[in-house]
Amino acid sequence: MSDPSTADNRQDVSKIETRSLRVYRYKRGDGGEHFDEFEVPVGPHTTVLDALRWIQHHRDPSLALRHSCHHASCGTCGVQVDGSEELACVCQIHDHGDRITVEPLANLPIITDLVVDMTSFFARFPHEHPIIRASGLPANAEPPEDLEQYVRLEDCIECGLCLSACPTAATAHEYVGPAALASAQRLLEEPRGVQREDVLAWASQPEGLWRCHVGLECTRACPTDAIPAERIMALRRELTFGGHHETKEHQR
Amino acid sequence: MSRTALPGSAERALPGPVHHKGAGPAPNGWLDPRGRAVGGRAFALHRLTGLMLVAYLYVHLCVLSMLLIGNSAWSSFVALVTSTGFLCLDVVLILGLLFHGLNGIRVALVGSGLLVSRQRTLFWTGTVIGSCAILFTALHVFGALR
Repeated sequence: MSDPSTADNRQDVSKIETRSLRVYRYKRGDGGEHFDEFEVPVGPHTTVLDALRWIQHHRDPSLALRHSCHHASCGTCGVQVDGSEELACVCQIHDHGDRITVEPLANLPIITDLVVDMTSFFARFPHEHPIIRASGLPANAEPPEDLEQYVRLEDCIECGLCLSACPTAATAHEYVGPAALASAQRLLEEPRGVQREDVLAWASQPEGLWRCHVGLECTRACPTDAIPAERIMALRRELTFGGHHETKEHQR
Repeated sequence: MSRTALPGSAERALPGPVHHKGAGPAPNGWLDPRGRAVGGRAFALHRLTGLMLVAYLYVHLCVLSMLLIGNSAWSSFVALVTSTGFLCLDVVLILGLLFHGLNGIRVALVGSGLLVSRQRTLFWTGTVIGSCAILFTALHVFGALR
């Protein structure tokens, strides 16, 4: 991580390059939503997450955000940077202008500042269905009885950027969203004992893949190239030309 | 031991707002162009032109009802709508119709799982066809081709 604050001790302060960050703020019970603006020193490889952490350390410790791995693997630091869904840990400050707006992900309830409640993201997936399943664990693992903390989607870091970017999810809150549908298609590619008909019947529910209006923003936003839009269309192709019989839900 | 609620804890227990892209006039921010690629912008334009065409349909039906009033009312109305300003609106209407139709073909193809990897090419192909068509239409509407 390149910490921009270390530059303070070595360089003439007047020569330090800075960027202005407009950061979305919201605290429950403390008034409405607003933006705070911070002038942040930046280095050649400063990321948006570095800048937000600098603000936490040097300007406002009450700024709340989620992050963990710092290398685009955990999917926790998703935010909107100038309206574009990004993982803050790999989003370079220099790829944006002098004044950068950072907002929480869209289409998910905000807990505070840049932290959204991912519960509704995961609640879109059917827990009784094998689209969500336990990760492979070592044979000698002793997982606790509450297995939910181990469930993973296939080929996806569950960052929620696709849901935030999806214009259909913005207008139809009941839409299950790109991540779950992409996982369903992944399951068709590698069923591992799952019935294809079950997966297709789930995907073709009224709030499933037929809700997609082909905005294709999910694929643009996806940081792991899980290509959710292409997978949704592959599911449709499967249902349209693959000989799958329509379910009652699909016909509604 | 009973716990005393901290001041403001009831307010903090309320669900937070759902943030949407941008502020703008569009509900839920679907019109916000920031960070959007071709697909997202086409989605927003498709909605806008769809709303425009629905609005036009109602206006059109209202205008046709003027025939019930009589010849003179209709004739004076025709004189008004053949003015340059209204002809410009005609061109805008046809531009919206062309976009909605051509993008609709693209959405139908991609949405059926066909040519998904070519969706950008489809969009720009439609744009070229639409541009040629609107140029021809504008020339025709303003009488340059007569």
